[in-house]
Amino acid sequence: MNDLTRKPQPIGRRDFLGQIATCACATALGLATVGMARLPFPAVIPGESSKVKIGHPADFPKGESFWIASARSFVFHDHEGFFAISGICTHLGCIVAQNSKGFHCPCHGSAFGLLGEVKKGPAPSALPWLEISLASDGQLIIDTQKFIPAGTRLKV
Amino acid sequence: MQTSDKNISALRALLDNIKKAPVHFLHAVFRHDWPNTDRTRSQAVFSNFFLHIHSTRIHERSLRFWSTCGLGVASLCTFIILVATGILLMVYYNPSTELAYSSIKNIHFVVPTGKFIRNIHRWAAHLMVIFVLLHMVRVFYTNSYKNNREFNWLIGLALLVLTLGLSFTGYLLPWDQLAYWAITIGANIAQSPRELTDALGITQMLDIGGLQKQILLGADTVGQEALTRFYLLHVMVLPLAMSLLIGLHLWHVRKDGGLARPSEETEEKPARLLTGQEVAFRPVATKTYGLMALVKGKTPVVDKGTENTVSTWPNAFYAEMAVFMVICSICVVLSLWMDAPLKELANPVKPENPAKAPWYFLGLQELVSYSAFMGGIGIPTLVLLGLAMLPFLDRNPEQQGLWLAGKSHKAVMLQSIFLGAAIVVSLLAFTIRFGWMRDWFPGINQIVITFINPGTLLIALLMAWSLWISYRHNSIRIGAIAMFSCLVIAFLILTYFATVHRGPNWEFYWRMSEWPTH
Repeated sequence: MNDLTRKPQPIGRRDFLGQIATCACATALGLATVGMARLPFPAVIPGESSKVKIGHPADFPKGESFWIASARSFVFHDHEGFFAISGICTHLGCIVAQNSKGFHCPCHGSAFGLLGEVKKGPAPSALPWLEISLASDGQLIIDTQKFIPAGTRLKV
Repeated sequence: MQTSDKNISALRALLDNIKKAPVHFLHAVFRHDWPNTDRTRSQAVFSNFFLHIHSTRIHERSLRFWSTCGLGVASLCTFIILVATGILLMVYYNPSTELAYSSIKNIHFVVPTGKFIRNIHRWAAHLMVIFVLLHMVRVFYTNSYKNNREFNWLIGLALLVLTLGLSFTGYLLPWDQLAYWAITIGANIAQSPRELTDALGITQMLDIGGLQKQILLGADTVGQEALTRFYLLHVMVLPLAMSLLIGLHLWHVRKDGGLARPSEETEEKPARLLTGQEVAFRPVATKTYGLMALVKGKTPVVDKGTENTVSTWPNAFYAEMAVFMVICSICVVLSLWMDAPLKELANPVKPENPAKAPWYFLGLQELVSYSAFMGGIGIPTLVLLGLAMLPFLDRNPEQQGLWLAGKSHKAVMLQSIFLGAAIVVSLLAFTIRFGWMRDWFPGINQIVITFINPGTLLIALLMAWSLWISYRHNSIRIGAIAMFSCLVIAFLILTYFATVHRGPNWEFYWRMSEWPTH
C-alpha cells in the first residue's frame, strides 16, 4: 500500500498542467505577435535605383561644380578628378544649398565646408562622399547609397 | 355568437396595438418612463448603453465650472468632431503621391462644403492638442492624479501621445511642401538615435534609428510607402487605439470614484473598532440610504441627494452638451475666419525654408536645432517618463480636487514660472549671441554636443531647481509643482520663440518682416 500513497506535491497535477497550458498559450501568442511585427519592415527598400547616370565626363568642365537633382548630390571636377558629395543634410535630411564657403542647410542652420566637413550647427557628421564610377557606355554613375572616404576621386 | 365576439375583440386588440405601437416601441428601446423622477432619471442613465459610463448620481462639486473647466469633455468633443469630419474628407481624399495633392485641392475648391469641413477638421485638430494639454495641466494643479488614479494618469499620457501622433500623421496627407518637409524632418528625428550610436561606433550592430525610420517610412525617403503608412495610421490604427483608450479613460474616471474632490472638511479621525478595524466616520454618511434613493417616490431628503450628489440626468448632460456646443461654435467661427493652409506640391529636392513643424512641435524643433537626438527623442522621452513617474513619486493624498490648495503651492508655482522663463530666455539669448561649442572648438566630438547643449542644460537646471525646492519645502508635491510649472513655461516660450523668431536657415529674426526675400 505504501507505494500507492502519494507524497504531498508542492503543486497539484491539474494546477501544474493548467499553468503549463497557460504558459504555452502565452508563448504561442507572443511568438505570433513577434512574427506579425516582422511584416512592416520591408525586405526590399522600394524606390528608384540608387545608381544614377549623370552624363559623360566631357559634360563636366574642370574647375566647376554641378547640382544633380536626380541624385540629390553635387558633382565636382577638379584637377585631381571627379567626386560627388551628397546634398542631404546629415542632421535631419533637408537639402543643403551651395555657397562660396561650402554648403548650408536651410532647416536648422548647419554649415559645411567646401569638402563637406561640418563647420557649424547641429549636423552630427560631414556630408558623405558618394561613389562615382564610369559605366560601360562611358557615362558617369553616382551610387547614392555607397559612401566612400572623403578625398577619394575618380580619374578619367 | 361567442366565437365571433372573441374574433372581434382580437381585431380590436390588434387595432389597439397598432395605435400603441409607437409607445411600445419607445418602451422597448428605452425600457423606462420619461425621466422625471429620481428613479426614472437613474434608469435613464444605467439602462442606456451609451450613458451608463456615467454614474446615476454625480457629486455637486464635480459640476462646478472651476473643478474641471470642462477640458476633458472638450477634448472628447474635438475628437468626435474630428472623426465626423475625417470620415467626410475620406470620401474624396486619395492617398497616392500622384493624386493626394489634387484631391485636397478638389476638396478645397470644388467639393460642396469641402473647404469648410476641411477647415473644421484642421481647427478641431489644433484645439484637441490645446485641450488635451490644458486638461493635463488641470489634473496636475488640482492634484487629481493620485489615490487610485495613478493608472488613469498613465492612460491620459498615452492619449496625449496618440493625439500628437494623429496630428503628425495627418500633417503629411495633403502632400504639399509643408507636409513633405515636416515629415522628412520627423522621420529623420526617428532615425536620430544614430547620432548616439554613430558616436559610440555601434550603428553596425544596433541601428535603432534606422529601424524606426524604416518602419515609419517603409523606404529611405518620404514617398508612396510613407504616405500609405501614414494614411493607415491616421485613419485606422491611431483612431482605433484612441477610441479604445478614451473608453478606458472614462471608465476609469467612474471606477476610481468619480472626479477627484477633497475629502470633507468635517471628516473625523479614523476610529478604531473593537475588532481592531479602523473606520472613518463622515457626518454625511451617518444614515445609509442605499437603494432608497432609487425607489419610486420621495427621497429621504427632498431635493438633496446622498452625500451632496445630484442626479446625472439631466444635470451632467446639460453641462456636457453645453461644452459640446461651445466647442462646435469655436470650430465653426475659426473655420470661417481662416482656411487650412495648402502650399505648393511636394518637391523632394527643394526644402521649404524655413521648414516648420506644426506649432506644438516647434518647441521641440528649437531643441532639435541643438541636437537631433536629444531634442527629438532624448528630452521628450525624459519628460514623458518623468510625467509617467509622477503619481508614483508623489504619493501624498492631501488636498485632491483643489487648485494648488496646499501651503505655499501658489508661491512656488509663480516662482518657478518666473525662474523657468528666465532660464529659457537666457539660454536662448546666449546661444544666439555666442553660438555653441562647435563655434568655439571646431572639430569637437559630436557626443559632447549631444549631451551638453542648451536643451539638456535647460532640463538639468530645471531638475536641480525642483530638487532644491523639494528639499527646502520638504515636500515632493511642491517639488513636482516646481518642475511641472517650469516645463509648462519652457514649452510655451520655446514654442513662441520658434514660431515667431526663427526664420530662413533657422536664423534669429525679431519679426517676420525682416526675413530676406528670395
